Amino acid sequence: MAETTVNVSTQNTKRVNPQVENFKTMWRKLKTNRVAMAGGILILFFMIISVIGPWFTSYDPLLPDISSRLQGPSAEHWFGTDHHGRDIFTRIIHGMSITLYIGFVSVAIGMVIGVFIGIIAGYYGKRTDAVLMRIMDVFLAFPGILLALGIVAVLGGSINNVIIAIAVFSIPVFARIVRGSTLSVKNLEYIDAVRALGASDARIIFRHILPNILSPIIVQATLRVATAVLTATGLSFLGLGAQPPTPEWGAMLAAGRNYMWEHPHIALFPGLAIVAVVLAFNLFGDGVRDALDPKIKS
Amino acid sequence: MENPKTMIKVDELQTSFYTSKGEIKAVDGVSFDVPTGKTLGIVGESGSGKSITSLSIMRLLEDPGKIKGGKITFSGEDLLAKSESAMRSIRGNRISMIFQEPMTSLNPVFTIGDQIAESYMIHEGLSKKQALKKALGMLELVGIPSPKDRLKAYPHQLSGGMRQRAMIAIALACRPELLIADEPTTALDVTIQAQILRLINNLQDELGMSMMLITHDLGVVAETCDYVAVMYAGKIVEYADVNTLFHSPKHPYTVGLLKSLPRHDIDQEELEVIKGMVPRPDDLPDGCRFAPRCPFATKLCEEKLPTLDTMADKNQVRCWIYTDQWDGPEVNVKNDYGTAQSK
Repeated sequence: MAETTVNVSTQNTKRVNPQVENFKTMWRKLKTNRVAMAGGILILFFMIISVIGPWFTSYDPLLPDISSRLQGPSAEHWFGTDHHGRDIFTRIIHGMSITLYIGFVSVAIGMVIGVFIGIIAGYYGKRTDAVLMRIMDVFLAFPGILLALGIVAVLGGSINNVIIAIAVFSIPVFARIVRGSTLSVKNLEYIDAVRALGASDARIIFRHILPNILSPIIVQATLRVATAVLTATGLSFLGLGAQPPTPEWGAMLAAGRNYMWEHPHIALFPGLAIVAVVLAFNLFGDGVRDALDPKIKS
Repeated sequence: MENPKTMIKVDELQTSFYTSKGEIKAVDGVSFDVPTGKTLGIVGESGSGKSITSLSIMRLLEDPGKIKGGKITFSGEDLLAKSESAMRSIRGNRISMIFQEPMTSLNPVFTIGDQIAESYMIHEGLSKKQALKKALGMLELVGIPSPKDRLKAYPHQLSGGMRQRAMIAIALACRPELLIADEPTTALDVTIQAQILRLINNLQDELGMSMMLITHDLGVVAETCDYVAVMYAGKIVEYADVNTLFHSPKHPYTVGLLKSLPRHDIDQEELEVIKGMVPRPDDLPDGCRFAPRCPFATKLCEEKLPTLDTMADKNQVRCWIYTDQWDGPEVNVKNDYGTAQSK
């Protein structure tokens, strides 16, 4: 309650947007959560690597070099080389942007569509709600990876199709959360008040409801990136996503599978990279969720 | 009580809620009119249908509520025949509403200025900058100190009274012809209540608005209203101008309400109460709806619903006592209420 007291005493001088304030409080709580901060810093680090990393690698990620096939980790090749003699470290660095690209874009698409469906279902209720949410239930009934697998199998294997597949199975997750939040906000008095002002439905939905339900959307989006990365690499591992020679981690893992006993480093390092990214997003997402939850006091 | 210049006329309004338990008649044949520039008070307990009446006028009823019958005429236009988009251009523009809870009626994520400006942006198509400029004028009008700063303040930074002033500013932004105030002072401190009522009264005179004041507080009615309609269980039981109502209340329910007010001019050991509860809207008595609680009730009252009849002093009262059919002993409701109740 300490923050509230401070607010009251400074109410004449400070103009704070309660939402900004909300995020400030979240940030304050998040900062004290070391595990989540580690995740956040890792995410930041990965993002920087994905942008500038490729300029700092001394090998070509695609060009085979038969003379240096299947070498173990060394000073020259930090993570060793694969069966075509390509530097695994270089390939992982180049693959970072692919992984993050798939993760962010697919979640963004799924989020936009899911939020839209959820808010419409929650706001209009009745038959609109029933129809939309039953469709969402159908999607939810499939295990995510299975649904993605089906979509990619139909559309054909490529990075963009993987993005579509992951976006599709993220939609119902967002729709459900947003619908619930919309239901709790739409009956508040200030929504009645703007309706009494003559505001249109679109205005009420996007200007008055949406800003009030951002927190759960943000939490879900962060956690969802981890799932998206895992699914994307999984699809590529199965040969349905990025195709060789793209330095995609799942595809690299699949290629390394054949050399698992003699040269485990080929599969090990891409695997570790996947673990690191997924872990970072999960830790950070959990931290954000705890920090945004008013019931959990730091 | 016909007036040549009637702002809003409600005629036999019937609003029902259709639930799984059947039809619930929240408003059952209510008629009144508000003359231009005047204030009508609608008084009643919770569940008497007063708020539903106002929501019906705004056409803001939520499912499963429906206007079943009647007519609402607003400055000559039939409101019930209007399309939803035509209603939108009336809401907040020509008819405005002030809500009971200033704490929750403002959106927490927007500044006061933004929320006042919204009216202008919706109804007058102003740009944000122009709208904010006019919003500043509104804050000055409702007497908010240092309005320039308050424009950028968020609702949680204002006190209850200030928030209610801001709500009034929002409601009056487009200079409505009719203001519906639904318990505008109930959630406020007593001292603030008086300020807010005075403000509403002054602004009404200044802007020449008509007003419907919905309240359960007869003190508020005495201070602000020209006419009063007393509602009980979805029906108007007494309808009079404010002086007549306070000086010669006719209906036992009105008398009961007045008796339950604390008074300074006489010594009172204990406040009178109206015994019993408002009937459940899904289980209304067949006869007079007040009969189960009425100290004068007879068999006739329990069996047949009286009509709203106009009396000699132009009161309208819905009570058998004032009719030829009255089968009980001669009573003076105002004087005999206390003794009858204690029996």
